Amino acid sequence: MIEVENLTKWYGPVCAVDNISFRVEKGMIVGFIGPNGAGKSTTMKILTCYMPATSGRATVAGHDVLSDSMNVRRNIGYMPESVPLYPEMRVRELLMFRAALRDIPRRQRRAAVDRVAERCWLSKPEDMMRRRVGELSRGYRQRVGLAEVLLHNPPVLVLDEPTIGLDPAQIRAMRELIRDLGAEHTVILSSHILAQVEQTCNHLIIIASGRIAAAGAPAELRQRVVGPSRIIAELRGAEEATLVETIKALPGVRDVQPSTSDGWTRLVVGGDPQVDLRAEVSALAAARGWQLRELRREVGSLEDFFVQITYEQNVRWMERMTKSA
Amino acid sequence: MHKTLAVARRELAGYFYSPVAYVVGALFLLASGLWFFYRIFIPGNEASLRPLFEAMAYIMVFATPLLTMRLVSDEIRSGTIETLMTSPVTDAAVVVGKFLGVLAFYLVLLAGTVVFLALMAVYGQPDLGVAATGYLGMVLLGAAYLSVGLFASTLTPHQLVAAIVGTAILAIFAIMMQVLVANAGEPWNYLAAKLNAMAYFRDFSCGMFDTRGVVFFLTATGLFLFLSVKTLESRRWR
Repeated sequence: MIEVENLTKWYGPVCAVDNISFRVEKGMIVGFIGPNGAGKSTTMKILTCYMPATSGRATVAGHDVLSDSMNVRRNIGYMPESVPLYPEMRVRELLMFRAALRDIPRRQRRAAVDRVAERCWLSKPEDMMRRRVGELSRGYRQRVGLAEVLLHNPPVLVLDEPTIGLDPAQIRAMRELIRDLGAEHTVILSSHILAQVEQTCNHLIIIASGRIAAAGAPAELRQRVVGPSRIIAELRGAEEATLVETIKALPGVRDVQPSTSDGWTRLVVGGDPQVDLRAEVSALAAARGWQLRELRREVGSLEDFFVQITYEQNVRWMERMTKSA
Repeated sequence: MHKTLAVARRELAGYFYSPVAYVVGALFLLASGLWFFYRIFIPGNEASLRPLFEAMAYIMVFATPLLTMRLVSDEIRSGTIETLMTSPVTDAAVVVGKFLGVLAFYLVLLAGTVVFLALMAVYGQPDLGVAATGYLGMVLLGAAYLSVGLFASTLTPHQLVAAIVGTAILAIFAIMMQVLVANAGEPWNYLAAKLNAMAYFRDFSCGMFDTRGVVFFLTATGLFLFLSVKTLESRRWR
């Protein structure tokens, strides 16, 4: 549905997007995540034909963003980050105006507006559609913005920070709505908060300093978390030193950190990457007659991965800057 | 075409929401009304709107940029330009739509001055032919002025800057050229005479239908609309 090849964008001397390539297939919900200023919005602005790339190619639904921009625009619904709306217009008026710009035939406009109002919970308070946009709360403005992009039922939705500025209940509602939309539309959304995208998207692209740091399904990315695996076990039935000695003797164990309180010894066992020591530990406890009250494996969260990768990219970027200076 | 009209309709409706438009409209009608009652509507005077048209043409140098200043500037400042320029609408349709919207509001303002003509008809016999060419002149002049103001508005996100730039450009053609005609040396005064907007307008207010004026104002309108489209397009590249 979307193909991006070697896209680069310079703002004067600043490189915002540095040679990125990716593909988005039909029906995917793709999350762009990265720290602020990573190049997420810039990539979206290029995809939606707001600005051209310095070099590289991008196609949306088979149309080139540069040479066939009108057809790209017809196939995309784009909600910019700040959700800009005309404050003096009424909600229905604004949606009718957008419908006219979106080539919806005059007779179908009213029905289209009613349909998206229903979908984005704008029809609930009776007078909502008659209210002035400038008087709406942030949450409602966001809904109007989303309603706008759904008007012409585009195959591709590009949403820049759709949950920013919303309260937790609204964030959850927005997330559910986006997940529903994924059934009919290909969605690209951006965020700098990983937890929000992790649950909504079925494909993540992590961007840092204009480059793709990692991409893949959330589960796949989680698997790629580097660093030693850890097991936490709470045992009773032997001296702390004996427990540590015995566990340390297991193959694949790197280090053991014990701590004892009211008779139970809590062991944090660090092992080699991709090694699961739980079976060995429980077998050992059974053989020695130790009591085992907790045994779990701690997997690095995607959040750790995200922070680590962004950190690394930032360090690399700083190095580049100092080298060129 | 229907998208151009949709943009135009939105702009026109926007003027009726905007306090600035009411203030500008009120001041324009006040100024032209004062001029009318103290300079023209006097027993024994000629029953003609000619001096009024001239005064209105000068007022418009300051009034039209105030009407056009928000057209594009406000969209750039608030970011709505982004949704507009990612809609399947050409930049030319946006510019022409906005121009038609403000032109419609300008015609509404101008229609307010017909009262003066009606009052005059009650007490005398104004020449309706002269009034008709006068109004035609006002429409042509207004179209050119508004396109200049629209162009100024595409240059900056600040409305005030747009208004000042617009007034400055208009002052060059409406005021400075007259000074040049009277004072400049041999080749320059001839050139200034060709660019003197007020001279072309005076023909219309006298009751003359001069195609030179029509061509001048329509060319100026077309030129500044074209420049507006180009500056709007260039935003993508900057």
